[in-house]
Amino acid sequence: MSASSQQQGPVVRWIDQRLPIFSFLQHELHEYPTPKNLNYWWNFGSLAGIVLVIMIATGIFLAMNYTPHVDHAFDSVERIMRDVNYGWLIRYVHMNGASMFFLVVYIHIFRGLYYGSYKPPRELLWWLGLIILLLMMATAFMGYVLPWGQMSFWGATVITNLFSAIPWVGEPIVTWLWGGFAVDNPTLQRFFSLHYLLPFVIVAVVMLHLVALHTAKSNNPLGIDPKSDKDTIPFHPYYTIKDSFGLGVLLIVYMALVFYAPNALGEAENYVPANPLQTPEEIVPEWYLLPFYAILRSVPDKLGGVVLMFASIFILFVLPWLDTSKVRSARFRPIYRQVFWIFVLACIVLGWAGAQKPEGAALMIGRLATAYYFFHLLILMPILGKFEKTRPLPESISQPVLKN
Amino acid sequence: MSDTVHGHGGEDGETRRDFLVLASAALGAAGAGLAIWPLIDSMNPAKDVLALSTIEVDLTPIAVGQRITVKWRGKPVFVDHRSPEQIAKAAADDNASLKDPQTDKDRVKKPEWLVLVGVCTHLGCVPLGQKVGQPRGDFGGWFCPCHGSHYDTSGRIRVGPAPVNLEVPTYSFLNDTTLRIG
Repeated sequence: MSASSQQQGPVVRWIDQRLPIFSFLQHELHEYPTPKNLNYWWNFGSLAGIVLVIMIATGIFLAMNYTPHVDHAFDSVERIMRDVNYGWLIRYVHMNGASMFFLVVYIHIFRGLYYGSYKPPRELLWWLGLIILLLMMATAFMGYVLPWGQMSFWGATVITNLFSAIPWVGEPIVTWLWGGFAVDNPTLQRFFSLHYLLPFVIVAVVMLHLVALHTAKSNNPLGIDPKSDKDTIPFHPYYTIKDSFGLGVLLIVYMALVFYAPNALGEAENYVPANPLQTPEEIVPEWYLLPFYAILRSVPDKLGGVVLMFASIFILFVLPWLDTSKVRSARFRPIYRQVFWIFVLACIVLGWAGAQKPEGAALMIGRLATAYYFFHLLILMPILGKFEKTRPLPESISQPVLKN
Repeated sequence: MSDTVHGHGGEDGETRRDFLVLASAALGAAGAGLAIWPLIDSMNPAKDVLALSTIEVDLTPIAVGQRITVKWRGKPVFVDHRSPEQIAKAAADDNASLKDPQTDKDRVKKPEWLVLVGVCTHLGCVPLGQKVGQPRGDFGGWFCPCHGSHYDTSGRIRVGPAPVNLEVPTYSFLNDTTLRIG
């Protein structure tokens, strides 16, 4: 690629010699050698980044009209819906944006699982992604508390009470989290503060995620490293245009929700102001947390459930070592590519079970799915890598195409 | 860019590509502008703020010579029940050298009631002179302590950095004793 700073005008050159932002962008976006065989599953990383920007932009404007106080929070949200110009639009974009963010990120994670993107040399890239997921969950949870509806209040109560399961120090920790003896104004105010802070922490970790990505370079559907220049193309314009097309599709789905079914993914109960004296009949988290909620409830022991729920995420940190297969892409792993889909199914079943009352068949199904989740990661992955007979890998990314 | 994959990079192909790039960039910019507008417009006054934009003032308790302050759209509004001497003084000053020439007649609906937005036209302080004992400046009207603007009994700027007279808000008399501002 030709050096762009030579082609640019004198102003760009003057800036670039003092602060090399233009050669940085040129290097990371234009020249960044991307495998030429990336499919549409590779769209979801940049889509997640765009949704993050939308969330921060809408969130900043919501915060201009929101009041973090138990007496005013609910009314200030209703004022946003009724009185503030386009307030309804900004809030619905923000609300459904959370769902879109998790949808896109979950697909991004499953793509990584299928194509082995967590394997060397991308372990830290994978870890940073998991840290982003944890930060997203904390941010989404605290954001859900802010409207101070019934689900906000009781969701906050239930989730903070998880920490009371810790032996000895559990109760003092919960009191500390609340800033009182129940979820109350101090809790709401600190949640607002943190809900504003954490997205910027996410931005910082996303930057590290990108640095790690551009160091290890993108994985690809074949899971083999590019051998020569023939195997790569510049990110811009080839993948900027491919990502733009994916963005168009995402926005169609996203805006269909915003304009035609803005509350389809939410709980109607949260439009009832918080009442600390009356718990709603059923407390259900937002859909994106349901699988973890199902794992929590599948264990009849308080501490056990909490431990298992946290373990379900933390176990993913050691996945690069649990998976003993040297082959990255599931395309060349005949058994893994099938059990992968059983794992996806188990996660969906967990999501379903999390939405049901924890009794009878639903509870049993949730337990089975929980067991399979851990069986897959802890037992199947290590064994499969040892015994599975993988298909031969192509010599290069270009080779299978050129043969035809 | 030109040395890679473009293949048949003839003159014709290049211009068509340039057109596509420009057209999609323009469309994208227009879309981004449209998407940003709701965010910007959300910072304009909301409907509940606009709904509070008129107030009514009962004039019966205000004695001749008394000045009261009411809040309208978050700003102080001075209502001055002027005495005949003050009215005469204001009318006499119509011919004085004024920075922002205006006759007293043009600034009031009824000579005994002077209604002003109590915000100095210099940098937004509230001028003194509403309360008994406060300085009223050299011309018997109001005096802004921030940067020393003197206003006369018609609220006109006479001396100091303020560029124009104190603003007269939109108002009307619903009857002899009720004033509606806004």
